[in-house]
Amino acid sequence: MATITDVKPEAVTLSNDEVLRYSRHLIMPEVGMEGQLKLKAARVLCIGAGGLGSPLALYLGAAGVGTIGIVDFDVVDYTNLQRQIIHSTADVGRKKLDSAAEKLKAINPFLNLRKFETRLTSENALELFSEFDIIADGTDNFPTRYLVNDACVITGKPNVYGSIFRFEGQASVFATEQGPCYRCLYPEPPPPGLVPSCAEGGVLGILPGLVGIIQATEVIKLILGKGDPLIGRLLLVDALGMKFRELKLRKNPDCPVCGKNPTITKLIDYNEFCGIRGEETPVGATVPEMQVEELKQKLDAGEDIFVLDVREPHEYQICNINGQLIPLGDLPKRVHELDSSREIVAHCRSGVRSAKAVDFLRQAGFHKVRNLAGGILAWADRVDPKMPKY
Amino acid sequence: MTTKIHIPTPLRQYADKSATVEVSAGTVADALSGLVNKHPDLRRHLYTDEGKLRAFVNVYLNDEDIRYLEKEATRVNDGDNISIVPSIAGGSADLPQDSRNAELNCARPVRCCCPACCRL
Repeated sequence: MATITDVKPEAVTLSNDEVLRYSRHLIMPEVGMEGQLKLKAARVLCIGAGGLGSPLALYLGAAGVGTIGIVDFDVVDYTNLQRQIIHSTADVGRKKLDSAAEKLKAINPFLNLRKFETRLTSENALELFSEFDIIADGTDNFPTRYLVNDACVITGKPNVYGSIFRFEGQASVFATEQGPCYRCLYPEPPPPGLVPSCAEGGVLGILPGLVGIIQATEVIKLILGKGDPLIGRLLLVDALGMKFRELKLRKNPDCPVCGKNPTITKLIDYNEFCGIRGEETPVGATVPEMQVEELKQKLDAGEDIFVLDVREPHEYQICNINGQLIPLGDLPKRVHELDSSREIVAHCRSGVRSAKAVDFLRQAGFHKVRNLAGGILAWADRVDPKMPKY
Repeated sequence: MTTKIHIPTPLRQYADKSATVEVSAGTVADALSGLVNKHPDLRRHLYTDEGKLRAFVNVYLNDEDIRYLEKEATRVNDGDNISIVPSIAGGSADLPQDSRNAELNCARPVRCCCPACCRL
């Protein structure tokens, strides 16, 4: 396989310290001096320093990839720590980019680290990608995935792809000359709301570790030109069953981006493509609401109010306000359990699912139903600080 | 012909949490039809209102994409595996923003196991 980078391995050298650092690579025929120099000459751009980006960047840094670029505009959140292992508790509130850069330089001071504190957009992607050899996609939304794919095809850079959901993952290498691109597999994105995202239902903390390392492995194989990369192969990972399956991916000759007659030769508006409009009015804005203070007053006064909890059973176990649990998805089947003559207040965790429930119930003829604004989180904030938040 | 259909995680909640469903069918079309008859909640996630397979859902017979075989007319044999492979996007999953959630023309609430419930 040809060397993947413009920077010739002959133009880089390893110091004595680096030779010692990478000795376990150098003594392997699959890497050797030649391979380590290729790694040092390589420039890899990691989109995202989160779940997938964490193990990816850490291992690429450790392996001696010479230039690592990271694109991330986000800040470390407490809930990230369960899986975004490049960040620590002390980093909460800090820019992910700064946190990641610090850990990477600590592991490998020889690294040339380039930070891009920006959202990847159609305006900046092409120029950004042109400065790197391989792009590793660790993003978490469809518009960016299509953007990364299209920009990779247009700039001719391989797209090492990984994605996760709960305990399942996918990995592949897209946008090589002979191989398929992401659009060959998924010509169209799902309409918003139709496919649950990673944030819905949670994610097993180890999963981005597993898939991120697969991505790092593929990046290294591409640089070294060794082994069989996941080009034209979709690896499906089932962490619970610990099963790995593989599906064949074909390059679509009619692909609008990488096919014989591409119709997409410039980057487009990907939010529009994915059907996401910025001005969309969430359902919650149109249903009648109750504030948590009012609910507390009514309950304390012994008023006849029916509290409907539309979360899932495992959430009820974390914390609850003694509501009647009918998960949102079961509501249509169990609506007969509700008495439309009673005052009902529906709640969930943050107020969005319950807004949908109220909307549904009002359409079903319930007139005395309101949404608890802010959900049980607001209750924990303003009424009962002892209640755990999640 | 008995064939096993692998249900991807994001869709298991609409299939009584099953990871696989066995159906008797002669073609992929019959198999998927059998699947949505057993689990009607799956229908709108696999098919458009016009009854066409959704473009972001890929169907594989064993390890081949049916688009490159005879599509839904592809014959299935005993012991074949059908995989439904939808696009997933989870990666650096931050908490989502409310404004990006949009239910498409659906009065029925989508079952949502999510603590954060927005996004996508």
